[in-house]
Amino acid sequence: MIKFKEVYKTYENGTKAIRGINLDIDDGEFVFLVGPSGSGKSTLIKLITGEICATSGLVEVNGFDMTAIKRRQMPKLRRTLGVVFQDFRLIDKKTIFENVAFAMRVVGAPSKEIKARVEYVLELVGLAGHSDSYPLELSGGEQQRVAIARALVNNPSVIIADEPTGNIDPARSLEIMRLLEQINELGTTVLVVTHEKELVNRFAKRVVVIDSGRLIGDGVSGYYSYEE
Amino acid sequence: MKSNSFLYFIKEGVTSVFNHGFMSVATIAIMMACLIIMGGFTLLSANIQEMISTLESQNQVVAFVDDSLTDEEARSLSDKILTLDNVDTVEFVSREQAMNKFLRKYQDNTLFNDIDPTVFRHRYVITMTDIEGMEALQNDLYRVPGIARVNAHLEISRGFVTVRNIVAAVSLVLTIVLLVISVFIMANTIKLTTFSRREEIAVMKMVGATNSFIRWPFVIEGLFLGIIGSALAYLVTWGVYEILYTRAQNSATFAFVNLVRFSQYAVPMLIAYAAIGILVGVISSSTAIKNYLKI
Ligand SMILES: Nc1ncnc2c1ncn2[C@@H]1O[C@H](COP(=O)(O)OP(=O)(O)OP(=O)(O)O)[C@@H](O)[C@H]1O
Ligand SMILES: [Mg+2]
Repeated sequence: MIKFKEVYKTYENGTKAIRGINLDIDDGEFVFLVGPSGSGKSTLIKLITGEICATSGLVEVNGFDMTAIKRRQMPKLRRTLGVVFQDFRLIDKKTIFENVAFAMRVVGAPSKEIKARVEYVLELVGLAGHSDSYPLELSGGEQQRVAIARALVNNPSVIIADEPTGNIDPARSLEIMRLLEQINELGTTVLVVTHEKELVNRFAKRVVVIDSGRLIGDGVSGYYSYEE
Repeated sequence: MKSNSFLYFIKEGVTSVFNHGFMSVATIAIMMACLIIMGGFTLLSANIQEMISTLESQNQVVAFVDDSLTDEEARSLSDKILTLDNVDTVEFVSREQAMNKFLRKYQDNTLFNDIDPTVFRHRYVITMTDIEGMEALQNDLYRVPGIARVNAHLEISRGFVTVRNIVAAVSLVLTIVLLVISVFIMANTIKLTTFSRREEIAVMKMVGATNSFIRWPFVIEGLFLGIIGSALAYLVTWGVYEILYTRAQNSATFAFVNLVRFSQYAVPMLIAYAAIGILVGVISSSTAIKNYLKI
């Protein structure tokens, strides 16, 4: 459950990135967040993950009040989230298995459980045979799937993906979206930021549109269009 | 901390030393340089202090025995003198011995040819463990019944004490300065090594790692680098000192100088090296990543 109430975010340099956003995302939803470049999408995501804090208003994520959260509670909140970055952010010196496994080590899971779970999620994202490869030995699409596997491995209630398809070709992008859809069907809330209008229109999902830090549309894709 | 996490931290910390080979070598080299300079300086000041104390031990206090005492009584004073504080050795010199010594010294001078031993007094030649207590000893000796007069070169004692204090103060200050400099350099070197890993740390934070979970591998890495750096520095210091020692013993100029043996300082130096290496390694690696943990 994600809740934004009259949220404003002004960066230190004075940029007003978010100007009065109200938004509710229920458990189990699949939501596309779209909008032109610089409209504040990444800022919105960072408010959810706790990388930055709102200037005013209320942000609530999985029961945590993000405007008042204690530093010590941050790890607890983040363990309920799975974050996928546009640039994958894999660790080049670790194998695919380790890249996914260390997210579980962070929470202190026992080795046996880690092995079983990592193998399961790697199979889910279609990378069963690549455990021992290194990130740079994989294609962009495959690397993105590793990032998704890592986001998934701790069974988070929400998956947040900031432009997960920004670096891969359209065919691969569709595949990634299908994968996220499949994950959503298993019960996880999914929030995807994307530029790709074509892609959004191939799914009948909720689409939230923002521009210049304001919410300018909220509806089901295919019915709603926006201009970049 | 769970035991499987602990094994993971050790494995991570040690692999990281090898994965960041160049930076590890740089860190170890800087640590070695700092420790060797500090250690070399310590040995130098140990040698200076040793020379001072050799010179000091040649400084004596002479206590003259009252003429009214019999020979027997005069000799028995030695036990009393030995119980005084700060007394290292006590040597009884009878008036005959004193005269002979005097005559030997002035044998060319006919003026003293038929001198009578009774003009000399029985005396004690006393060396001290600490020259700083010369004046106190002089006072103590005056309090011993049967001691008539005490000759002590207090101004020399004061001179030695001043020199010794200066050497001690200078070496303390220099050691602290060197320590601070090496912590600073080490912290910056490790900061460079961790700079390339801030992304990795950011990812760890995003998946919900606690700060201590992230810090542990770095602490172990710092510990490991510290142990390697201090062990190598110790061996180099030892080897170089032994070479210099042998050279000095064989050279004409330094043959008379009484240099300290490395073995006298081997254990405290080892402890100091290890402690400094480990502390500097651990402190600098954990402070270096502090900024990246704030996300
Ligand atoms: N750390 C920052 N400090 C100052 N201004 C920032 C910072 N991050 C983003 N901004 C500004 O805030 C506004 C919103 O940026 P944001 O990154 O949220 O946009 P976006 O919608 O994600 O864009 P894109 O689609 O290009 O990723 C932009 O004007 C940007 O320049
Ligand atoms: Mg963005």
